[in-house]
Amino acid sequence: MNTQTIEPQAPETQERHVLTITVDNEAGILAKIAGLFTARGYNIDSLTVADITDNHEVSRITIVTHGPPSIIDQIRAQLERLVPVHKVVDLTEIGPYVERELALVKVAGTGNTRVEALRMADIFRAKVVDTTTSSFVFELTGSPDKIDSFVALMKELGLVEVGRTGVVGMVRGETAA
Amino acid sequence: MIDVSTQRSGAEILVESLVAKGVEFVFGYPGGAVLPIYDALFGDERIRHILVRHEAGAAHAAEGYARATGKPGVVLVTSGPGATNAVTGIADAFMDSIPMVVITGQVPTGLIGTDAFQEADTVGITRHCTKHNYLVKDANELATIVDEAFHIATAGRPGPVVIDIPKDVQIATARWTGQVNQRRTRYAPQTVAPADDIARAVALIAAAEAPIFYTGGGIINAGPEASRRLRDLQRLTGAPVTSTLMGLGAFPAGDPAWLGMLGMHGTYEANMAMNKADLIIALGARFDDRVTGRLDAFSPNSLKIHVDIDRASINKTVRVDLPIVGDCAVVLDQMIEAWLAAGHSAADLTDWNARIDGWRARKSLAYPDRGNEIMPQKAIERLYDLTRAHDPVISTEVGQHQMWAAQYFHFHSPNKWLTSGGLGTMGYGLPAAIGAQAGLPDRLVIDIAGDASIQMNIQELGTATQYRLPVKVFVLNNEWMGMVRQWQELTYESRYSNSYSDSLPDFVKLAEAYGWKGIRITTMDELDAGIQAMIDHPGPVFVDCLVVKEANCYPMIPSGAAHTDMILYGDDVAGTMDDAAKALV
Ligand SMILES: Cc1ncc(C[n+]2csc(CCOP(=O)(O)OP(=O)(O)O)c2C)c(N)n1
Repeated sequence: MNTQTIEPQAPETQERHVLTITVDNEAGILAKIAGLFTARGYNIDSLTVADITDNHEVSRITIVTHGPPSIIDQIRAQLERLVPVHKVVDLTEIGPYVERELALVKVAGTGNTRVEALRMADIFRAKVVDTTTSSFVFELTGSPDKIDSFVALMKELGLVEVGRTGVVGMVRGETAA
Repeated sequence: MIDVSTQRSGAEILVESLVAKGVEFVFGYPGGAVLPIYDALFGDERIRHILVRHEAGAAHAAEGYARATGKPGVVLVTSGPGATNAVTGIADAFMDSIPMVVITGQVPTGLIGTDAFQEADTVGITRHCTKHNYLVKDANELATIVDEAFHIATAGRPGPVVIDIPKDVQIATARWTGQVNQRRTRYAPQTVAPADDIARAVALIAAAEAPIFYTGGGIINAGPEASRRLRDLQRLTGAPVTSTLMGLGAFPAGDPAWLGMLGMHGTYEANMAMNKADLIIALGARFDDRVTGRLDAFSPNSLKIHVDIDRASINKTVRVDLPIVGDCAVVLDQMIEAWLAAGHSAADLTDWNARIDGWRARKSLAYPDRGNEIMPQKAIERLYDLTRAHDPVISTEVGQHQMWAAQYFHFHSPNKWLTSGGLGTMGYGLPAAIGAQAGLPDRLVIDIAGDASIQMNIQELGTATQYRLPVKVFVLNNEWMGMVRQWQELTYESRYSNSYSDSLPDFVKLAEAYGWKGIRITTMDELDAGIQAMIDHPGPVFVDCLVVKEANCYPMIPSGAAHTDMILYGDDVAGTMDDAAKALV
């Protein structure tokens, strides 16, 4: 049986939201959360996960998603009712917050393009973590936008491969969200 | 030093834990991966194992038991096909919020992931149709997992929980103290609502000129107290009451404020009142698409209060004005207290009631008379009248007969109505009746069935025979998958593709072959006597009631239409629909 989708009175605008989810680090939890998004047709723009306690009992997942506000609210409610989920924080909602992503960017080239790539990397404060006479691997940390711009520039300078971690985020100030 | 006196096998710990949880019945089917558990159950008088004939039957029987008794149902099946056969029942319980704990055997830990014999990724397969599930890796964890599983299955919005236990974990020994050590309480749903929300809610009710209670399965799940509280609040406010399919029985059908069921096959008065209301008080109902019809035309001018234990049910399809997260019984109690404390008195609803009476006058449940032929609606009405004194439990399969049962069998108390609402699972009714009868041995339990649906789990006739469960099956035999035929008539110019029930068995002989009494009713003048003979027989009875074949189920809101666009009996509607309409279900 299909269900009808919402026919909104006025079309809602799409919003990008960064959610952090604290979960019991049990088998299948990632499949459960990722599956919830696919089953209900929610978007995942990026997803990161790692355990954050000494005894490996609790993990923190950061999901970047987008959708109309009503769907963002549903996503939160759906996540919150999963038994292993301790807490869901919508950083975009509570703000202000910082978000960071790490990228490894491989560029190959010689001569001028190679020099130019290195100069750009310097401007972006990317680190060289591997080099051959004809290539670099840069490590770059920053907002997704910053990484997007860097990658775009590298396309003209011999971009070979990009790896990105996805976003981790945290609320600003002295307290936990 | 290990104290051997407290060492038990995983299988024994499981059984002890079930006993500690007050489990009386386990519905199950054995196999290689659960043999240690079956051995631990052997000769144990404390738990009764009901051996079904197919694992789907076990899951639905557990659902029926749970729905009728209010206690969680327990299922025990083997790995691989045992578990996959149970999945439909698990998904059904998930959709209809039925508390259930399903224990599945699994291949030994060392073989997991090797495509071992009868291996299936049960935890993976059931991940999205359970409230929670576990793969037990260590026998020492079993007691706490069982304890938490029952808590999760029953607390908050109830649902199924799967515990997958590899065979080596069933055999391994672990410490059993007789005490189940409760895990950290990581699952604690909000049951009490904030006082100011409650105050706002009762103020809105007091001020409304056209209020309506829209109640759902959540009231039944919240326990009989919730139904009593609903009646109390209704009496204080005077507002009329309608209910979803799952909520029938929470409010007595005989009450003057009762509007009947709403939705696709709801009454004209219920749907019109929802459409014209100025305030909807939704209690444990989830604005399902069968209920709302076309969303942009759903109750356009009302304020909406939504009380639900599951925050994710609120604002999911219909935007509400006052969301209240809490247990229906608790919140109703809070509302009554707040109503009295604020000194509210029932508003004058004379105009509203007069409009409702106008809609009632349409007599939307009227149907034509066919002389000595049995109209299915008539059969249900007679069944209701003749069994009424027994206050029976009714289960159903899925189809027209299910809707007719909802419309013409009237319920006066909760836990008497067992039906597959959310998933709409044909084959639910017979095992559900068996489960209910196991829990309520002295109650009259009847499965109202269709000739197609009954064949989906007909093997369970044997289960009833074995355990001397006197369940009754009442088939409205129209020789069609009637509901499919009706849709084909209305939307596909009567091209009846594969909806004819060809090669039907002789149900009376079939029943007799299983040791049941079989009764066939063919005409109106046999109807009452046949029903009476069914009631009077102390054992299981299968009634094959031949009804008018082409009868349709009305009133009906065509899928995707508004509440105000109902079709009543006699409206000429056969034809075709455009593709957009056909795409709706
Ligand atoms: C397991 C399953 N398969 C298919 C369907 C689709 N379906 C809904 S009603 C129906 C026909 C039911 O026929 P019958 O049991 O004879 O009842 P009637 O409508 O004639 O009363 C079908 C096939 C379903 N609900 N469940």
